[in-house]
Amino acid sequence: MLEVRNLHAKVGNTEILRGIDLTVNAGEVHAVMGPNGSGKSTLAHVLAGRESYEVTAGEVIYEGKDLLKMPPEERAREGVFLAFQYPVEIPGVSTTYFLKAGVNAIRKHRGLEEFDAIDFLALIKEKMKLVEMDQSLVNRPLNEGFSGGEKKRNEILQMAVLDPKLAILDETDSGLDIDALRIVANGVDALRSKDRAILLITHYQRLLNYIVPDYVHVMFDGRIVKSGGKALALELEDKGYDWIKAEVELAQPTIA
Amino acid sequence: MMVTASKELDTYLSDFELFEKNGATKGPSWIHQIRKAAISRFSELGFPTTRLEEWKYTNVAPIAKTRFKRAECEANGLTAEALARATLEESACVQLVFVNGHFSRKLSSLRSLPEGVKAGSLAAAWGSDPASIEPHLARHASYHDHAFVALNSAFMKDGAFVYVPKGKVVERPIHLLFVSTAPFDSAQDRPVGLAHESLGTAVVSHPRNLIVADDGSQAMIVESYVGVGTNVYLTNVVTEIIGGKNAVIDYYKVQRESEEAFHIATVQAHLDRSSNFSSHSIDLGGALVRNDLNATLDGEGIECTLDGLYMVTGRQHVDNHTRIDHVKPHCSSRELYKGLLDGKSRGVFNGKIYVHKAAQKTDAKQTNKNLLLSEGATINTKPQLEIYADDVKCTHGSTIGQLDQDAVFYLRSRGLDLATARNLLTYAFASEMVGRIKVEPVRAQIENLLVTRLQHGSRAEDAR
Ligand SMILES: Nc1ncnc2c1ncn2[C@@H]1O[C@H](COP(=O)(O)OP(=O)(O)OP(=O)(O)O)[C@@H](O)[C@H]1O
Ligand SMILES: [Mg+2]
Repeated sequence: MLEVRNLHAKVGNTEILRGIDLTVNAGEVHAVMGPNGSGKSTLAHVLAGRESYEVTAGEVIYEGKDLLKMPPEERAREGVFLAFQYPVEIPGVSTTYFLKAGVNAIRKHRGLEEFDAIDFLALIKEKMKLVEMDQSLVNRPLNEGFSGGEKKRNEILQMAVLDPKLAILDETDSGLDIDALRIVANGVDALRSKDRAILLITHYQRLLNYIVPDYVHVMFDGRIVKSGGKALALELEDKGYDWIKAEVELAQPTIA
Repeated sequence: MMVTASKELDTYLSDFELFEKNGATKGPSWIHQIRKAAISRFSELGFPTTRLEEWKYTNVAPIAKTRFKRAECEANGLTAEALARATLEESACVQLVFVNGHFSRKLSSLRSLPEGVKAGSLAAAWGSDPASIEPHLARHASYHDHAFVALNSAFMKDGAFVYVPKGKVVERPIHLLFVSTAPFDSAQDRPVGLAHESLGTAVVSHPRNLIVADDGSQAMIVESYVGVGTNVYLTNVVTEIIGGKNAVIDYYKVQRESEEAFHIATVQAHLDRSSNFSSHSIDLGGALVRNDLNATLDGEGIECTLDGLYMVTGRQHVDNHTRIDHVKPHCSSRELYKGLLDGKSRGVFNGKIYVHKAAQKTDAKQTNKNLLLSEGATINTKPQLEIYADDVKCTHGSTIGQLDQDAVFYLRSRGLDLATARNLLTYAFASEMVGRIKVEPVRAQIENLLVTRLQHGSRAEDAR
């Protein structure tokens, strides 16, 4: 489904992604871990089409198409979804209003009939149950004054409504209390399917207890330096990242 | 320079002589006195230049240079459709229509005017009902330091007079609709008087409005300005609003002049004890627009709210100057102006809160927020506080920003295209002000205009 090859990206003059290779197939769950500042969110944003990052080399093939050529909205319509690490607050626009516009843009693109107000209401009601959100929250301005947990649940709600093929979740588990984590994790787990791929960016093992990944990758300094199965996550939880750093430095002792 | 300047003034002075001689405009002698004093003050002031602090960012040279002809009441070109675009739902309100500043009874609908409430032509009222007019007219909007007020006071000929008697609650809004129409094409049809050929087709009207809400009364007043045709014209309006003790006045000014129009407006509100005044100033049209909105809180316990929204594009220039005078203690004022500037438009906001020495316990808050939608748009914003009392709570602030790129990306990442994302965010910025409009037909109208504007903007976006 997703084929990332030798992806390089920079902001201004700083190269942040320095050669990412990653293959994700439908039905798989991949966890991406790594220390702060290693480039995880940058990878997520580049995949979602954020224009402030400049791709300097490499390619991304998504469902046989050149993903990097598509504007962000087209990627969304083709089934790419990013749950933001820091969801944006948008005063004056309610979740329901903008999400209806989003889902209909996507449905139109897929040749499906657009939802009218009643269909949409039914859909969002059903999905709200999944993340235990109530009506008043989705009628409020998007994320404005939402607690951290409410923002993250709102991201999962959006994912559930938009029904993506490739879901990238950027630290959707960070800053959540136990209840909120359970809600978010159950929400994500419910969306697991053989047609969907999920890229989970996280620092912690605790989400992976709920959503067991097929693969775990470790990012360091703009590269994926180690990949493995679910055991790798446990090892990282246990030992931290220092041993990985040491391995990397050993492998490339002469970086100028 | 000097020669040109005085030549410009001479045109007005000789035109004033004709205006006085004409007889078509005769009024009682006290009107005549005001006019004479005002023209004499105008000749001293001349048109303001950008050297004056109050006019620093607004250059009225294009107005000074244009030779305007005083507009007649020409309803010929006024089609029902053109009017319908501007009227509010007839059943919902009392409507007074003014064509080039002249009251048109034929186009107005006064059927549902409650008993005791007066609404009609100011010129008619200063003849038939001077006791209601003389104590107020030109007592509040001073022509001593504002050239355009002086010009208006010199050439005032008609406008709206609204009187709400003591304790009366007017349920429906009173809509004052000012329509500017193009002048006749053929110069031969015109009455003799002026050398028309030298005056071109630019016309000027000086509508003069007086709104008096007596003690304990309540009213909603909506002033709308629209233009039909594509000619250059100047609307130079002065509105005086007098709010008695405990009066509640909800005042709207919706400016939708045509593309080539100049619009200069002064609104002077004088408020008495425990009254409640809220103003909503909306600017969408005009080429060069200047609003002076002044409120004098001359009694204790007054609540004053000034809301404003300006949405301009192309080469439009819109300047909002407001001044709130806290004269007495325990008054509160809230001011929020929002601006949306696209194209190469320019905006000016200057808000002054003046807290007089006696005005202890004043609670004043002023905010101006601007959204620049293009690289070429500019805004000069200057909130000002002048405080001479020591126990007050006053805050002010202004912001200038662009559309939040993070927000644009967020929306696009959910499938919304760029234009839709921008429009949605732009709309969201403006919608706060729309939401504060309490008169439903006005709110609906502005909402409609806003959405139309945004869709238009999105077409331009696609074409790029
Ligand atoms: N817009 C930007 N401008 C400048 N530097 C940036 C920008 N975005 C990211 N960076 C830098 O790129 C590096 C990688 O950032 P990124 O947010 O991708 O890391 P991360 O792995 O997601 O970290 P965290 O675990 O803290 O979320 C950091 O050093 C960061 O400061
Ligand atoms: Mg991150």
